[in-house]
Amino acid sequence: MTNHDTGSPFAPHTPSETAAMLAAVGVDSEEELFDIPEDVLFDGEFGITRQSEQSVIEETAELLGENDDLTEFLGRGHYDHYVPSWVDHIADRSEFLTSYTQYQPEIAQGFLQALFEYQSILVELTGLPVANCSMYDAATALGEAATLTSRVRAATGETVLVPELLDARRRDVVENYVSGTELNVESYPMDDGNADLTALERRMDEDVALLYAETPTVRGTIEEQLSELGRLAHAADALFCLGTDIVALALLEEPASVGADIVVGEAGSLGLPMSYGMGLGLFACRERFLRQVPGRLVGASNDATDRRAYTLTLQTREQHIRRERATSNICTNQAWVALRTAMCIASHGPDGLVELANDCVTGARELADGLDAIDGVTAPVHDRHHFREFIARVRDAPDVRKRLETRGFAVHAIDDHHLQVCTTETNADERDRLCTAMEEVV
Amino acid sequence: MRYDQARWTEDEDRYEPLLAEKRSTTVDVGGTESALPEDLTRESLTLPDLSEPELTRHYTRLSAMNYGIENGPFPLGSCTMKYNPSFTEDVAALPSASVHPDRSKASVQGTLELLYRLQEYLGRIGGMDAVTLQPPAGAAGEFTGILIAKAYHENNGNDRTEVIVPDSAHGTNFASAALAGYDVVSLPGGEDGRVDLDALTAAVGDDTAALMLTNPNTLGLFERDITEIADIVHDAGGLLYYDGANLNALLGRARPGDMGFDVMHYNVHKTFATPHGGGGPGAGPVGVTEELTEFLPEPRVRRTDEHGNGFELFTPERSIGRVHGYQGNWLVLLKAYAYIARLGDVGLRDASAKAVLNANYLASQIEYDVPFGPFHHEFVASATNDAADIAKRMLDYGVHPPTTKWPEAVEQALMTEPTEIENRRTLDQLAKAFNAVTAEDEAMIETAPQRTAARRIDQATAARTPRLSWQALDEHDEQ
Repeated sequence: MTNHDTGSPFAPHTPSETAAMLAAVGVDSEEELFDIPEDVLFDGEFGITRQSEQSVIEETAELLGENDDLTEFLGRGHYDHYVPSWVDHIADRSEFLTSYTQYQPEIAQGFLQALFEYQSILVELTGLPVANCSMYDAATALGEAATLTSRVRAATGETVLVPELLDARRRDVVENYVSGTELNVESYPMDDGNADLTALERRMDEDVALLYAETPTVRGTIEEQLSELGRLAHAADALFCLGTDIVALALLEEPASVGADIVVGEAGSLGLPMSYGMGLGLFACRERFLRQVPGRLVGASNDATDRRAYTLTLQTREQHIRRERATSNICTNQAWVALRTAMCIASHGPDGLVELANDCVTGARELADGLDAIDGVTAPVHDRHHFREFIARVRDAPDVRKRLETRGFAVHAIDDHHLQVCTTETNADERDRLCTAMEEVV
Repeated sequence: MRYDQARWTEDEDRYEPLLAEKRSTTVDVGGTESALPEDLTRESLTLPDLSEPELTRHYTRLSAMNYGIENGPFPLGSCTMKYNPSFTEDVAALPSASVHPDRSKASVQGTLELLYRLQEYLGRIGGMDAVTLQPPAGAAGEFTGILIAKAYHENNGNDRTEVIVPDSAHGTNFASAALAGYDVVSLPGGEDGRVDLDALTAAVGDDTAALMLTNPNTLGLFERDITEIADIVHDAGGLLYYDGANLNALLGRARPGDMGFDVMHYNVHKTFATPHGGGGPGAGPVGVTEELTEFLPEPRVRRTDEHGNGFELFTPERSIGRVHGYQGNWLVLLKAYAYIARLGDVGLRDASAKAVLNANYLASQIEYDVPFGPFHHEFVASATNDAADIAKRMLDYGVHPPTTKWPEAVEQALMTEPTEIENRRTLDQLAKAFNAVTAEDEAMIETAPQRTAARRIDQATAARTPRLSWQALDEHDEQ
């Protein structure tokens, strides 16, 4: 009998096996194996009560049951799209879920091929020739784009120029990522939700190393002047980084065609359930940055029998070889999420993905129209095309948010008078009910 | 033990075709059916176009060509691959676990309480006063910890420029310190495989911001002089950073906080058995002592009042800001909570005991030079042949090989970590694989592996002519 009651439930040792192994090692007890000086030995308790598997499931279910069951109309970078059932079942196969980084490629061909396919899908969507296996999320991907810029930038530029409406959380992450470089972060003004081209043109000079723009923006508007933004960046010898979203890529202008040198963004919105902010950062760039790309890359090669095979490649960029000269410190990434995202995209196919993206535009338009018809609500506030989300003006946004919550809906109040509302296919059936509830609370 | 890994091929291709090679379609994107004017859309999109059964077969075939911990032993030193119990997946799949990060605090009290409990548990396990759960990986935890140290020094008016790292440390330590803007000073190891106190004394000074240390170190050795090491670093005004990669060996027996470490990261995907899905996601919570608490990234979780009614997110007074767009890898943290609750004090302590027993037992059963000792949960064997070749041949025996050629202090290193989940019979099989391989003739070793989904892969060509997408493959094939 193993130590199910008195030890680790996952250690298989029987008492007699333990005794035999101790004898083979030449000690009398496990304690003798611990070479820890007396003055730092811990003899206390953590006070963590051991529970049965059933008890842990029941207890966590009970705790999580305290979360209110709300229909979420929330976005701001984290989006809910339906994940096909087969994706959960197949991605949960233990050979995927319980494997490690593919340091021995011959025995890890399955995951390597899946990641190669994920990279290829990003190449297709962005039009850029190089995509990595994943970053943690959109914010850290942008941080990595900035540090890449610090390694490849033209001699003088030291400014990363970001939209003034950039989500404060994203800006915060970028500030931390560039804190070890010469770069600093400044913002440029926006005009009705999109980049203010006139102001930006005045601001651009040789001091700018990286110009960052988003589409859709944090307020859900679709940026209409991407090519001009790209031209402005390149005219100042700066890199142009475009932040976007895996679904939007299927519909909106191809990043390569508007001059993007780097594309970052969120890809976990296809593949993950709502996960309290857990994500998948996408990262793609031009060929000339290949040896400066952060994170992992899978390449195709041949095996000894001349069959096609896949392997992690260009590892001399990575931290385990180049240490402090590595392109980034990333080691563990979001590989399994990348697998799920690739599965979801394959599940949609090209027609399905474009249709999903079109629905993100029409859904936002319909819901905005529905809310706008209510006395006391103006939506959308910005006179733009929107993707999934938009801003609605009300008299007292925090109060409306709170009262909607008591009626079972979660929306975001961005300030005293503005709500942010996001819709996808997962809450499509609830749009009318949201409008009804809104009518009651404004 | 012999092993044959599944391999899928199509008659004409001799490999499982890529999604795009099976079928792909180009669709027009702009035009009358588009929800947007044409100048805002792309022209066309080409993607794989397969039915659900075709996809489930494709990915099931890929899974069969992949090795995971449920296939067999995975003694990858320093990476700690151990059993990932299924019930934690059920916990993470609870519908009420699925919430948006912008939800109001009142509506996600369950989520906040679980985060709070995990913060508390990790604090007690590490002997740390406060914990942040935000960093999404171990290296992200290192970066966070070093940013906290930097903020602490700057707040004290000290402009320190150097971080000291033993040359045997994880590569991420060097990279994280450099990313934070520090000059990295490499500390050579002593003759017994541990930190050389004289070398350390010579290395520290007014410029020292921190020493990053793994204990037990990457040779599996406990740094017995840890109290002296802490004194040397602290006397110079530096902070001591603990890399949690090897915390498995210490659970319930020693705590970084008690040893004098000021800041540490935990690898929940190592110590607390959350699955590592082919390289991630993981999570790298960071623990700090009282004097560093105010610098932790936002948001943290606390009780709303002293009566313990409710939980809320808050921003510490001198927070370094954020290292992740939201609150980190929540689903991974939830699995870690479930694992810790399942084991409790006795289980965590026993996991360490058995991990250490297994490492020492396996080290005693293999016919390799295993320098230094005694070992905590891992050891580094020295191969007489090329360690990378040995590793390839071990694949044919149905085991994942150890980490190879690192740390460099040991020639032809095979860094081995069996973990607590292996029974004696499996350890004996592992030892047999180790021992059989060295006895085989060179031709056999150099042509290994024979029985895996792919034979030896030409990695030099992969790096020399990078083909990183199926689009690049087409271009290459056309040449």
